[in-house]
Amino acid sequence: MHELGIVFYIIRDVKKAAQENGVEHVSAVVMNIGEVSTIIPEYLTDCWRWAADKEEMLKGCELKIEPIPAVTHCDGCGKDYPTVAHGKKCPHCGSEQTWLLRGNEVEIKEIVVPQNK
Amino acid sequence: MENVKIIEIKKSVFEDNDRAADALRGELKKKGVFLLNLMSSPGSGKTTTLIQTINRLKDKIRIAVMEADIDSDVDAIKIKEATGVESIQLHTGGMCHLDAEMTEQGLSNLQFTMHNSQCPDLVILENVGNLVCPAEFDTGAVKNAMILSVPEGHDKPLKYPLMFSICDVVVINKMDVLPYFDFDMEKCKEYIHMRNPKATVIPICARTGEGVDVFANWLLKEVENWKE
Ligand SMILES: Nc1nc2c(ncn2[C@@H]2O[C@H](COP(=O)(O)OP(=O)(O)OP(=O)(O)O)[C@@H](O)[C@H]2O)c(=O)[nH]1
Ligand SMILES: [Mg+2]
Ligand SMILES: [Zn+2]
Repeated sequence: MHELGIVFYIIRDVKKAAQENGVEHVSAVVMNIGEVSTIIPEYLTDCWRWAADKEEMLKGCELKIEPIPAVTHCDGCGKDYPTVAHGKKCPHCGSEQTWLLRGNEVEIKEIVVPQNK
Repeated sequence: MENVKIIEIKKSVFEDNDRAADALRGELKKKGVFLLNLMSSPGSGKTTTLIQTINRLKDKIRIAVMEADIDSDVDAIKIKEATGVESIQLHTGGMCHLDAEMTEQGLSNLQFTMHNSQCPDLVILENVGNLVCPAEFDTGAVKNAMILSVPEGHDKPLKYPLMFSICDVVVINKMDVLPYFDFDMEKCKEYIHMRNPKATVIPICARTGEGVDVFANWLLKEVENWKE
């Protein structure tokens, strides 16, 4: 049920942003989801459908996910490498003095609202 | 093509909660209340460990407990009966974790809370049994502790890195059943320290109380430090 909890936070933030911008209906929400964020995109969109349709402002609103590949930086040799393939250990020099550069984002990138010019 | 407008948000889903948690910590600091967030998988021994720990500390400091169960008040009652300290149930409304707002709400429901001279020195939050979500939501606690029990296996720090990276102390519980499992204590410590070099690891057996003194002393010291 992890993703459902996240969905409630997204809904809260989106509603707030919509109100601030005087928006009545949102047609899509675009998320940036990091590859190692522990969020499973399909679960997130399933939970979204269920919860968003209960909100007047978000009825039928689509949740679009733009994945962000995880990249780790190595302090040993200064190079970057893909986290999922190699984990904590640098494939270039074998050092474990490494840290996640990006890939754990759970971020609302933007919302899309219909315009009747 | 439909005419649309795009409004940029660029905001982490955790941002509001992180801010609320920092504010709560600030308030607790002013009042001298130490909040411990205790996490683990279901059944690894949070309630049993709390009872043992509280009974070692309750004559020295004022303690209260908040039990976050999805839908029952079994643990809250158990703690109350076994220790006599105030223990309340927090309703998570089906959520898999507590956030700062829910924690603050819980604190305000404690009877002998926030009236200065009577503030508890220590409030312990037993979080929902789960190694994923509670790690992502800062509750506003001063320190995070988790319990890993022997039957769960020594590889858990590899599988749930975030949880282990945010915990100040990792209690290894159910040491009495060590002979029946292939749990490797040295490997476990190594994996924990890979995720979090600063984590304190304390092996205990909550059933018999062995090792609980070490955890209780760690906690007492933290409570005293917080008041300075
Ligand atoms: N053998 C053994 N059993 C233990 C020990 N500590 C706890 N248990 C048992 O493990 C079971 C679960 O313990 P609890 O303290 O209820 O665990 P919990 O983490 O609070 O469980 P939830 O709140 O349901 O997530 C109980 O049957 C305890 O008696 C221990 O040190 N050794
Ligand atoms: Mg319990
Ligand atoms: Zn390297």
